[in-house]
Amino acid sequence: MAKMSLEDLRKLRNETQQQIKKRETDDKIAQVIVGMGTCGIAAGAKATLDAFVKELDEKNMGGDVIIRQTGCMGMCQNEPTVEIVMADMPNIIYGKVDAVVAKEIVEKHLLKKELLNDRILDRPAVDILKK
Amino acid sequence: MAYNHYILVCGGTGCESSNAGGIYNNLVAEAKAAGVLDKVQIVKTGCFGFCEKGPIVKILPEDSFYVEVKPEDAKDIINEHIVKGREVTRLLYNKEKKSAETVEEIEFYQKQLRIVLRNCGVINPEDLNEYIARDGYMALEKALFDLTPQQIIDELKAAGLRGRGGAGFPTGLKWEGAMKTESDQKFVVCNADEGDPGAYMDRSTIEGDPHSVLEAMTICGKAIGANQGFVYIRAEYPLAIDRLKIAMKQAREAGLLGKDILGSGFDFDIEIRLGAGAFVCGEETALLRSIEGQRGMPTPKPPFPAQSGLWGKPTVINNVETWANVPVILNKGASWFSKIGTEDSKGTKVFALTGKVRNSGLVEVPMGTTLREIIFEIGGGIKDNKKFKGVQTGGPSGGIITEEALDTPIDFKALQSLGSMMGSGGMIVMDEDDCVVDVSKFYMEFCVDESCGKCSPCRIGTRQIHSLLDKISKGKGELADLEKIKEIGFAMQKSSLCQLGASAPNPTLSTIKKFEAEYVAHITDHKCPVGKCRELTTYMINDKCIGCGACARKCPANCITGERKTKHVIDQAACLKCGECFNVCKFGAVEKV
Repeated sequence: MAKMSLEDLRKLRNETQQQIKKRETDDKIAQVIVGMGTCGIAAGAKATLDAFVKELDEKNMGGDVIIRQTGCMGMCQNEPTVEIVMADMPNIIYGKVDAVVAKEIVEKHLLKKELLNDRILDRPAVDILKK
Repeated sequence: MAYNHYILVCGGTGCESSNAGGIYNNLVAEAKAAGVLDKVQIVKTGCFGFCEKGPIVKILPEDSFYVEVKPEDAKDIINEHIVKGREVTRLLYNKEKKSAETVEEIEFYQKQLRIVLRNCGVINPEDLNEYIARDGYMALEKALFDLTPQQIIDELKAAGLRGRGGAGFPTGLKWEGAMKTESDQKFVVCNADEGDPGAYMDRSTIEGDPHSVLEAMTICGKAIGANQGFVYIRAEYPLAIDRLKIAMKQAREAGLLGKDILGSGFDFDIEIRLGAGAFVCGEETALLRSIEGQRGMPTPKPPFPAQSGLWGKPTVINNVETWANVPVILNKGASWFSKIGTEDSKGTKVFALTGKVRNSGLVEVPMGTTLREIIFEIGGGIKDNKKFKGVQTGGPSGGIITEEALDTPIDFKALQSLGSMMGSGGMIVMDEDDCVVDVSKFYMEFCVDESCGKCSPCRIGTRQIHSLLDKISKGKGELADLEKIKEIGFAMQKSSLCQLGASAPNPTLSTIKKFEAEYVAHITDHKCPVGKCRELTTYMINDKCIGCGACARKCPANCITGERKTKHVIDQAACLKCGECFNVCKFGAVEKV
């Protein structure tokens, strides 16, 4: 990235905000967000991420699903945590997602729009920046 | 076909025990009867952490939050809510109970408010654009182009932000001190030398949102007139260091760090200094010596770093959590921030909730939240339905807080008056199986190891108290030892050079105050009431033994013998007192005496 001026920064902020909004409302795209803090990685988040990549490749869904990483959500007891964002579904956070559960998420949540049993966690707080 | 609604039934241990299973079954039956099974999916979830009001049922996408639901409520939920689209108001969590003081942003049933952790778990920490999209570097814009240094500092002062490293010094005053001290060079330092056992708020913040710290330090540089910053972070945090390095590289490339930031003419850059993991280097003067390349030992204050810090130059040193608050305060304004919290302490505090609690993890709550809310509502209560004994706040510098203080609203002042301290925010929950002598000994051992040895109250005091505690834990103590501990502790509090020594006796003194009987039991009865202190505990097999042999197979010392289907015996001379037999026995036949 080249050095920015004040105008560049404002423009970039605006553009990225639009992009993120588009990503959240485009019904062709789903996002899989894996918690990759120290706690997540210690609990096996790298294997979870690999499992998603493998599963989505096998089902030829690589182009429609964005896999992203994020930091610790604070629910360390339930790592690895994964959030699924899809346009016509509520955002859902799953806990203790290992490779088996990752496969199940792809098959049920992403393909059939069905939620998984026993894995859903409540978002700990409202986003102070979204109001 | 997507469903119109999703009904989430909490399946956590707490809710499960109050018949969440029955609710689930009834909901499915009612949905079937109403013919809406293809429109609504009913799922069981993990613990929602609101167990005191369980069982919980949540309906998406509306986010309706029903509490204390009974199986017979299933009919209304399906027929009213799902079929007719009308919320069942009698089951909704009562909003009025929440004090009007707390900010409107808190969703009525949620206890947490995330300012410091606003981006953690939301953005990709390795992507500058995602930070920028969430108002990142907007506060820096203001600081560089719209506000004077004095205005920045006035905003912080008006917000009432106090340092989150432990002592709670007002951040605005600290910055002002450095701004007003004349010097050819000034420095900005981030204290990321988090070392309390059980605390990891700062690590997670840097791992999840590194740019917020960089942005805040740059703002401070502008406010006080510094061009160089240092992040002092312990080498045991490799992921945090990696993410910080990536963030710094990106910021430099984008012109957000380095020369002529955003074309403003202001130069500021940051370097990382790795700490080798000495606890004392979290003390600010010791940390500064360590950055200078000297041995990490504290120096007397005053002079304070704001007057004479790194290489004798005015230096602002704040901890990670304090920094992460700064951009939000400039963006949302001091009046927004100062509405959150208590009279004494504004804003939120992040706690690392660990120990014998069901949902361990990071919680960020407004100051003034009670320990009961943190431990029993957010934390989901004590593991395995054991009894709560106490909670240690402030790590090896804090004290134990017991049942009767659970409803005290927590802020800097309240914790101090309870004989503990905020510290950096470690919160270790203890249950009925924890022994206070053992816990005090653990913390004192930590302080013995971590004392830098410069001043004698700390160097000698920690060792002396530790050996007295060791004696007591082995049943060889005398009642006079308790008085000795108090005397030594008092001397350490009054005369240690830095807070490591001055606060080291706190865990011991506070447990003696709250649980004197337990100490006395170790001394006069030679018994550890909870059976934690090895030398004072004997494992015996009673008549409930059916001779299954499970304990004998598990015993690492092979000291349990007995014929199959007859009572087994432990060879006390060979027993290691590891407790494996006690844990493995399903019949309550192994006793601690």
